[in-house]
Amino acid sequence: MPGSSTRTIRVALVGNPNTGKSTLFTALAGVRQRVGNYPGVTVEKKTGHMRHAGHSFELIDLPGTYSLAPRSPDEMVTVDVLLGRRGNVAPPDVVLSIVDASNLERNLYLVSQVLALGLPMVIALNMVDLARERQMEIDVAGLAERLGVPVVAVQANRRTGLKELQTALAAAASGGETSAAPVRENPFPASFQQHATELGAWLNERLPAPLPPFLVERLLLDGGGYLESELLDGLAQEGAERLRVARESLAAAGMPVPAVEAMARYDWIARTLQGVARRPSGHTRTTSDRIDAVLTHKVWGTLIFGLTMATLFTSIFVLAAPLMNVIDSAVGGLASLVEAGMAEGALQSLLVNGVIGGVGAVVVFLPQILILFMFIAVLEDCGYMARAAFLMDRLMAGVGLSGKSFIPLLSSFACAVPGIMATRVIENRRDRFATILIAPLMSCSARLPVYVILIGAFVPARYFLGGIVGLQGLVLLGMYAVGVVVAIGVAWGLKKSILRGETPPFVLELPTYKMPSLRTVGFRMAERGWSFLARAGTVIFAVTIVVWALSYYPRSEDRVAAELEARRAALAGHAAALAEFDSSENLAYLRASLHQRYSLLGRAGQWIEPAVRPLGWDWRIGCAVIASFPAREVVMGVLGVIYNLGSDVDVGAESDQHRLQAQLRAARWDDTGEPVYNLPVALSIMVFFALCAQCAATLAVIRRETNSWRWPTFTFAYMTILAYVGALVTYQVASRLLL
Amino acid sequence: MKRAAAELKVGQAAIVERIVGSDEISRRILEMGVTPGVEILCLGAAPLGDPLEFELRGYRLSLRKSEAQHIEVQLIEGSEDAPLG
Repeated sequence: MPGSSTRTIRVALVGNPNTGKSTLFTALAGVRQRVGNYPGVTVEKKTGHMRHAGHSFELIDLPGTYSLAPRSPDEMVTVDVLLGRRGNVAPPDVVLSIVDASNLERNLYLVSQVLALGLPMVIALNMVDLARERQMEIDVAGLAERLGVPVVAVQANRRTGLKELQTALAAAASGGETSAAPVRENPFPASFQQHATELGAWLNERLPAPLPPFLVERLLLDGGGYLESELLDGLAQEGAERLRVARESLAAAGMPVPAVEAMARYDWIARTLQGVARRPSGHTRTTSDRIDAVLTHKVWGTLIFGLTMATLFTSIFVLAAPLMNVIDSAVGGLASLVEAGMAEGALQSLLVNGVIGGVGAVVVFLPQILILFMFIAVLEDCGYMARAAFLMDRLMAGVGLSGKSFIPLLSSFACAVPGIMATRVIENRRDRFATILIAPLMSCSARLPVYVILIGAFVPARYFLGGIVGLQGLVLLGMYAVGVVVAIGVAWGLKKSILRGETPPFVLELPTYKMPSLRTVGFRMAERGWSFLARAGTVIFAVTIVVWALSYYPRSEDRVAAELEARRAALAGHAAALAEFDSSENLAYLRASLHQRYSLLGRAGQWIEPAVRPLGWDWRIGCAVIASFPAREVVMGVLGVIYNLGSDVDVGAESDQHRLQAQLRAARWDDTGEPVYNLPVALSIMVFFALCAQCAATLAVIRRETNSWRWPTFTFAYMTILAYVGALVTYQVASRLLL
Repeated sequence: MKRAAAELKVGQAAIVERIVGSDEISRRILEMGVTPGVEILCLGAAPLGDPLEFELRGYRLSLRKSEAQHIEVQLIEGSEDAPLG
């Protein structure tokens, strides 16, 4: 076979956002993709493989971008990969540029920058159907000739043109006729090129390795860019001075930085497209425009947005619940099967409470993740996601964020895990991190049972305004409000301190509406689900095992037996009470409760009692709170164990709920005999839960999304401090006002 | 008449004269194709009055008012009378 070789052809995929880049990547590489991180940055590294006519290709998916002007280490990754400056990896053999045919001019801006790198290139002209609908005429062969690179018309979502694309890639990589491109035209004016050459010569005398001409141009163009801060450190005053002088003389010659680049490249684009591509002059009204007129309308747009968000939100809440119950009962069923089939002991407990519980703790998040990403994939693929950011931007700008933070934060009310995973739509690093850091403050569905039980037990059921407004409902709303208000404050504080910087550009493309593709949606769901299982799941699983060990060891059978004996002795003479005490059920509960008390975790609870006393808590609450740090939903189960209800308290079941509420009301302080729980204590516990980061899954996902342990550590620390202070203030104020 | 793109009324078209400033916002605006000589059409604003929606080079771009303030334009006289459809 001609051109057949065993060498793998490395292809880098670049393109603007909204061009169908991920769809093309999946269409070419299939579902078997490898996802990792580039070290030191938050950019995801996605690679895949494909075979065609005896050739083997490795596809590297680079982040969607409008330009190769790096402002941050994250943006530098794309440039470094293309130039072969990332590690010891050579530049790719071919660049595959994906271009939206219906938005050719703007898309060619990035193409013009990539052409300057001098690598063989193939252009995939996507969405030709959309271009036709917009009455655009494109002469594909003519365009290829002008650009000096092969252009292949494709429709990534329908998988057409892929074979031709693969053939063109193989030919371009093997140095066939197509890659014998004419010397690529430098779009910059001659005097600009002169300045760049001089600067390059001066730099290369001083730098350990010569700087590629593209980067010299970037250094000259990108005032305040990443290269400037990176390179000038080593070149001190003189380098900065040369750069300033060069830019000034460019400005004086009518080529001000940064405008000169856009002007030069868009001029080049206009020349390139002259006679080979035409769009109708003036404003043509398409179906997409008519849809947009409704969806961004003051009244209808707002109404439809509200309905869409309500549907999204209730779906994560309501649709996920039955699936989560199925997972819970499957895990529970498996656990009792193992429990019944094994002898009692450490191994049984490890399998049941550690391993099976750990797997359950991971898998239980999947329904919410899959449902949220189904919605997000549909909204993104049809073009509505950008409109959501457009509609909500004014509101979010008040907190220093942008409209792009809205959906991740809304989703976090159901669960912060998918919410944080959804922050990838936010390109600006500081905005993205601020959103990630406040997402866990949104009251998630796991906090709801805590609120419901404590409110039901301790907030009087009073009604106002003829029964429409209830006090219990108001307190519940108040708990959600506490999270939101604190989140606003934290976001504001973060943007003024560790995430401070210039207001990032909003500048948002509003893409043409189109029908979402089922394939793309299904694939996005699977990808996100798998990514969660593989990357965050391992951490959650590990944490569950550690917590199991802490609540299991040390095993002091003697102390438990002694305590049981002492309690029985106290009941001597009361036959009925003794009979109840000796029922196997009661003994099992008591034993579990005592083991918990003597475990490391239980001792920690007693040890921290002085610290939680000002919050109005006894050691049992302290212990339950510590036990619920890995996953807050366990708190009711732990309280159930402590108050001898058995560990399988089902807070969903009415009877269990009432039993637990009765137990909480009956709990007394060991020393004074006063009730432990009253309204201020209940409020203090709820505020603590509203503000605390009691969720290993959330912290694991933050670690995964920020590619560093620094941010989950920070989140954990700040939220724990906030929760403690919040609960302290709540108790101290409420106990003075209410008691 | 010279003005900032932020001051355009719905339906008004204008020719871009210059992008003011050299910060990240100006750079992004330029990269998105808002260059001197290009025609932009104001399509409207979000329900809360900000950001704005423009059409240029055959696609749609949304900019905050503060961002559109960086774009100096020359109004195409009589463009607001032309029907949008």
